[in-house]
Amino acid sequence: MSTVAHDADEFVAPAEVPEMELYHPKTWLGKYVFSQDAKVIAVQYACTAIAIGLVALAMSMLMRLQLGFPGSFSFIDPSIYLQLVTMHGMIMVIYLLTALFLGGFGNYLIPLMVGARDMVFPYVNMVSFHVYFVAVLVLVASMFVPGGSTGAGWTLYPPQAILPGTPGSDLGIVLMLVSLALFIIGFTMGGLNYVVTVLQARTRGMTLMRMPLTVWGIFMATVLALLAFPALFVSAIMMILDETIGTSFFMPAIVSMGQQLEYAGGSPVLFQHLFWFFGHPEVYIVALPAFGIVSDLLAVHARKAIFGYRMMVWAIIIIGALSFVVWAHHMYVSGMNPYFGFFFATTTLIIAVPTAIKVYNWVLTLWRGNIRLTVPMLFAIGFIFTFINGGLTGLFLGNVTIDLPLSDTMFVVAHFHMVMAVSPVLVVFGAIYHWYPKVTGRMLDDTLGKFHFWVTFLGTYAIYYPMHYLGFLGVPRRYYSIEGIDFIPESAMSLNAGISIAAFIVGAVQLVFFYNMFVSYYRGREAGGNPWEATTLEWQTPDTPPKHGNFGKDLPLVYRWAYDYSVPGAELDYIPQNVPPSRVEKGESVDPDEGKPA
Amino acid sequence: MVFGVVLILLVIGSVLFHFLSPWYLTPLASNWSIIDTTLDITFWVTGVVFVAINLFMAWCVLKFRYRKDRRAHYEPENKKLEIWLTVITSIGVAAMLTPGLYAWAQFVNPPEDADLVEVIGKQWQWSYRFPGEDGMLGTIDSRHISAANPFGINPDDPRGQDDVLVASNEVHLPIDRPVKLLLRSQDVLHDFAVAQFRVKMDLVPGLVTYIWLTPTVVGKYDVLCEELCGVGHYTMRGHVVIDEETDFKAWLKTYPTYAQTVSGVGVESTTAGTSLVEQGRKLAQSRGCLGCHSVDGSAGVGPTWQGLFGKTETMVDGSTVVVDADYLKESILNPGARVVQGFAPIMPPGSFSDQELDAINAYIKDGLGGGS
Repeated sequence: MSTVAHDADEFVAPAEVPEMELYHPKTWLGKYVFSQDAKVIAVQYACTAIAIGLVALAMSMLMRLQLGFPGSFSFIDPSIYLQLVTMHGMIMVIYLLTALFLGGFGNYLIPLMVGARDMVFPYVNMVSFHVYFVAVLVLVASMFVPGGSTGAGWTLYPPQAILPGTPGSDLGIVLMLVSLALFIIGFTMGGLNYVVTVLQARTRGMTLMRMPLTVWGIFMATVLALLAFPALFVSAIMMILDETIGTSFFMPAIVSMGQQLEYAGGSPVLFQHLFWFFGHPEVYIVALPAFGIVSDLLAVHARKAIFGYRMMVWAIIIIGALSFVVWAHHMYVSGMNPYFGFFFATTTLIIAVPTAIKVYNWVLTLWRGNIRLTVPMLFAIGFIFTFINGGLTGLFLGNVTIDLPLSDTMFVVAHFHMVMAVSPVLVVFGAIYHWYPKVTGRMLDDTLGKFHFWVTFLGTYAIYYPMHYLGFLGVPRRYYSIEGIDFIPESAMSLNAGISIAAFIVGAVQLVFFYNMFVSYYRGREAGGNPWEATTLEWQTPDTPPKHGNFGKDLPLVYRWAYDYSVPGAELDYIPQNVPPSRVEKGESVDPDEGKPA
Repeated sequence: MVFGVVLILLVIGSVLFHFLSPWYLTPLASNWSIIDTTLDITFWVTGVVFVAINLFMAWCVLKFRYRKDRRAHYEPENKKLEIWLTVITSIGVAAMLTPGLYAWAQFVNPPEDADLVEVIGKQWQWSYRFPGEDGMLGTIDSRHISAANPFGINPDDPRGQDDVLVASNEVHLPIDRPVKLLLRSQDVLHDFAVAQFRVKMDLVPGLVTYIWLTPTVVGKYDVLCEELCGVGHYTMRGHVVIDEETDFKAWLKTYPTYAQTVSGVGVESTTAGTSLVEQGRKLAQSRGCLGCHSVDGSAGVGPTWQGLFGKTETMVDGSTVVVDADYLKESILNPGARVVQGFAPIMPPGSFSDQELDAINAYIKDGLGGGS
């Protein structure tokens, strides 16, 4: 057998884990609305996030109507266009991706994967979702107040965010900021839970270096979020004060529309530092869970141990730490002291090294594997492709000099969509195809899934790859119309139309996915406990879907790391984490449907 | 099978697209070829990585497909390989970062002898200020800004008296002279960007930021605002014209100094000999009116000027107004007074002399054919 340290044959006892008392609800409301079961909360988070995400998807379709066919849709005026741009970005980044990865996947997977009955603070967990839900309602309300939602761009830069001349500069921006503050309050309650549960409630034998990378990714992302969101919180509060009672945190002396304003002495650049001190870690708050999840999908479906597990864990930690010292690469042309450029370009390019290592290790996991091209695996490999593309263009923008021509152009839009929209969303889809059988007990339809994958993967590449070249030309972003700009050739307009058509196709195909989710819930093939023959604990539960409390009478004991696939000498090509060495050595088969933890 | 082949085709397609597509960097017209060089280096390094990793991945997908009778190789770690990959990656990163930082060092240090020109942005117009014969710009304070002093020049500063004020979104610069552009905003963030120059920078109220460049090709280039600045953002455009030295000097002479705008002496010379309608047309263009108001009836941020004169418009309060010279003048000087229904009260008040107002009125009335 191998000599690798984390493939320890012995049982390792961590800190004692006390059994927790769970609150079992007796009413329908208590079970489905005010539930304290992390799995129910996960589904609540996921459904809310996906619902509001669909609104943002529809908004992007309207934006593409205007960009692809300018002037043909007169109901999209410049104000509405900017409101669409703003709401689309804000919803997708915060209310969909952050909430879905941490609130959705985090809640569902952390307790199951570390062998806990539930989150450590179930009541706080419940409140977390309800505050998030109110934040979403406030966000939606901001679209219906006089003046509409804010059109300041998702970055909400002052002074324009709170001055006339920008749509929604009265109530719209205030509600937006209130909604963000609520989101952060709600997230903090959930986030504390995720961190404490990982650190405190792992089952016996589940050492940190035996945890699946999914848990590592979500754990580290949560740590980042807990440290980064406060910066956004204070900027939201200060901007509310600037707007409502006329303080000057971010507002210098200004003459707006011919009026001398009362503001003096504030700094718009300060807001940008605060915003990006949150905003850059935010990229990794979305990316790290995706990194973790995709690592597990690759290992399970390639029937192979993730390559370089320890390196992968350290890469997650190093990326997380570095993500706090790169924020101003979003601000190279913001007017901050230009000498900052040297520092931030260097840190930014350094972060490429651990990121590249992760990519190598994913590909090397496929190397000499035994690859099952299941639907989750298609999405996982699709992710690697788009992430390589999006990651490499980050080297253009991060390298301060090259950012000069490319900043504020469509190149930036193409880059961040490739790296933090398409890539994480492909992982989200892969993860849903992968874990849907555990959540519902039924498989999603394979044919529909493959169709969904192919159109989404090829379609999004057709949208965003050519878009980089508009950026090279110098086509600016956040422009309602680029007509009448001399250096933009007619052919760029045709390209824009083509991109829009690809976008409509990709948008429409998502309906197939929702149809699949809906129909399979009732008619999908029975999944059994462990349809993918995976090693991690969530597949070893006695019931599928797992009941409140997750495991049977006793919590599972963990004897090995999460990646014992194709171990030489073992009869099956996987050994679940809770199978003791004695059973493997005796050559006893491991019955996947036995389901009883050791 | 299919997936591996598709991955290979995507790699080939991406590379072909790069070389065959008509869309790439707009031709350079400044000294910043080092930016293009850095970009090229980055393209080669990242391009090789893109092709290599993806082809390797495609090969893995083709070669190691699932077979029941086979086991995956069990190799959780390979320290040597991981260290090698880390080292090679670090070298690649250094190869891109080094020229990048080298070029940035040039960007942050403008040459000592660079000419000074100030660029002023406000919603949604550009204007410019040149130092006069003393070679120095006078001080500016936003508290001095008024209709009579739109640049906010400090009236007590002797250095500002001879500053040349270009109240137009078109600026001329001499070829082959390094120029340091000082960037100021009066209201919100803007960004001065000319694709052919490569360099750009935000204008921040309360700060003076800068870029520098040496124009190398005579021509007329678009100036775009590239930092979101409100609903008229996409209309905040201008032009920079690169001239031979003599043409540039002749152009600059047509603009008044601050002292001249105060005294009113020597300002009218530029308009001599052109019709009122033509003067109005030029003003409307150079002051950015046409960014929001179309002259062909198409929709924009503000009402179109086509057929505007004599038209009956409904105001936001429900009353109606027949558009005449007085209403137009009022709307230019005090746009918020009576706003047409369906439009937001976001037009910045203009600062125009009486003669200029007459010219714009003439342009709207006679040049754009209002019915009555």
